Amino acid sequence: MTHRPAVVIGVGHPYRRDDAIGPTVASEIAQLHLPGVRIVISDGEPVSLLAAWEDTGLAIVVDAVRHEPPCPGRIHRLTATHLAGDVSAASSHGFGVPYALLLSRALNRQPSHLVMVGIEAADTGAGSGLSEAVAAAVPASVAAVRAELDSHLR
Amino acid sequence: MSHRSRELTVSGLSRVEGEGALRLTMRGGQVERAELNIYEPPRFFEAFLRGRSYTEPPDITARICGICPVAYQTSACNAIEQACGAVLDPPLAELRRLLYCGEWISSHALHIYFLHAPDFLGYPDAITLAADHRDVVERGLELKKAGNAILEFLGGRAIHPVNVRVGGFYQVPARGEFRPLAERLRRALDLALGTVQWAASFDFPELELGHDLLSAHDPGRYPIESGGLRSASGLSFPAGEFPDHVTEEQVPHSTALHATLDGHRYLAGPLARYSLNSSALSPAAREAAASAGLGQGCRNPFRSVLVRAVEVVYAVEEALRIIGSYQRPDRPAVPVTPRPGTGHGVSEAPRGVLYHRYALDADGLINAATIIPPTSQNQAAIEDDLRQVAEANRGLGDGALTSLCERVIRNYDPCISCAAHFLTLTVDRA
Repeated sequence: MTHRPAVVIGVGHPYRRDDAIGPTVASEIAQLHLPGVRIVISDGEPVSLLAAWEDTGLAIVVDAVRHEPPCPGRIHRLTATHLAGDVSAASSHGFGVPYALLLSRALNRQPSHLVMVGIEAADTGAGSGLSEAVAAAVPASVAAVRAELDSHLR
Repeated sequence: MSHRSRELTVSGLSRVEGEGALRLTMRGGQVERAELNIYEPPRFFEAFLRGRSYTEPPDITARICGICPVAYQTSACNAIEQACGAVLDPPLAELRRLLYCGEWISSHALHIYFLHAPDFLGYPDAITLAADHRDVVERGLELKKAGNAILEFLGGRAIHPVNVRVGGFYQVPARGEFRPLAERLRRALDLALGTVQWAASFDFPELELGHDLLSAHDPGRYPIESGGLRSASGLSFPAGEFPDHVTEEQVPHSTALHATLDGHRYLAGPLARYSLNSSALSPAAREAAASAGLGQGCRNPFRSVLVRAVEVVYAVEEALRIIGSYQRPDRPAVPVTPRPGTGHGVSEAPRGVLYHRYALDADGLINAATIIPPTSQNQAAIEDDLRQVAEANRGLGDGALTSLCERVIRNYDPCISCAAHFLTLTVDRA
């Protein structure tokens, strides 16, 4: 059985502390050199996200999330249904993953399957380096992404 | 006299709580002040750069904005090269301009199609616009991808290009390698001309800004990757005198500094660029501007969508011109030897003048760095627009007034450095 390729997209900013968790996890996956899996690092700009995931069988987006009450480092598995939300914006810099997903649907360019692995952030201020709790969640986040890929490629 | 504040939360300026608020201060029934809180961490980057090598700012500052990384790289290179007395070989300077054209096309297409145009067509966003006019949004997508194609080809990738270095590039392409890109850009020129024609049909609210205007100026051609400075009030000065004229000050309501030009409010960006340099546009871009009803200058922020569309025509044409006359440079970069001193660099980011200054020691380590982005230069002007609009519509409820103010902000699409996006989860675990 042939599969359409998969893409792992790490979304985030390297100088907003825990927002770098997405690119960090995606870079770890890149080190595994998995066949049929592309790695993309993104800042969340929607047209680039759309280009990254159109024509793929599975898109896994890894991104920092917030949750109340917070539990930094906790990993959430989300699907497209969780990602619908307010997409109004006063600046194109405010577009994010939900906007990109809805735009993809409107243009019929969405991936066959989309999963988000969201890791709860603790510190999103200016600076480099993950907080202790989020850094500790990197191995489990990588494992969560691998499990999704294994399930897709099986 | 009554004195109260209304705080409106403006969408999409940031996903981080408290970083996207607009505070209106009303006194005696009049809007006295509009204060926009935009997250802007230049002090972090200025501190982060201290003690680092003169070769590092292009890579580090490219991370400040995902939409205009080339602007940050270019202003950084210009400043450091000036400090070190290095001058790019002409073909390398042309390649730098080509890369910058890619950023203009990509950034302007995003702003025009995915943020600004829905306001004029009665849609809340480009997603609902696509449901009725998919061909229009596809055109915007294709145009943006053409800009990204330049960034990927020459910069190594569209976001945070990796092929840029102080003195030029790490690698330069052979002439023949440009062929697919040139074909794509020829198609993009038709899309760009169609964009001007389409935007010219919008209904624009009447508004004339009285602010002074500041733009880069590059004698004989439209300013993009370098130049001196020129203002509508008659100032003309080199990049090295930028600190003598532009001063930043901290304001309590924002992490973004507010800049003034010789003590007064001013505006940088497409309206300033066009109004001060429209005669330097290519014949086709000038013709497109004239057919769209633009004169020699434009001071209506709503019509900035037209100016951007004209600049896309120019950037595509300019990219094709550079590719057409391209001969592979003898070397990918000129040597840049550090020496103690200070260098200043400006370039025209899509949203306006971007200034960098670096003080280097004899070993090429950075003693001090200053970055003045368009956001801090334009914030006072944007706030003044908001104050006027809020004053004229102060009877509206918070929801309607917020929508109106968001539309004003979308005229500028302020650059939000280090924009971070966090999905706020509402998970029903019952």
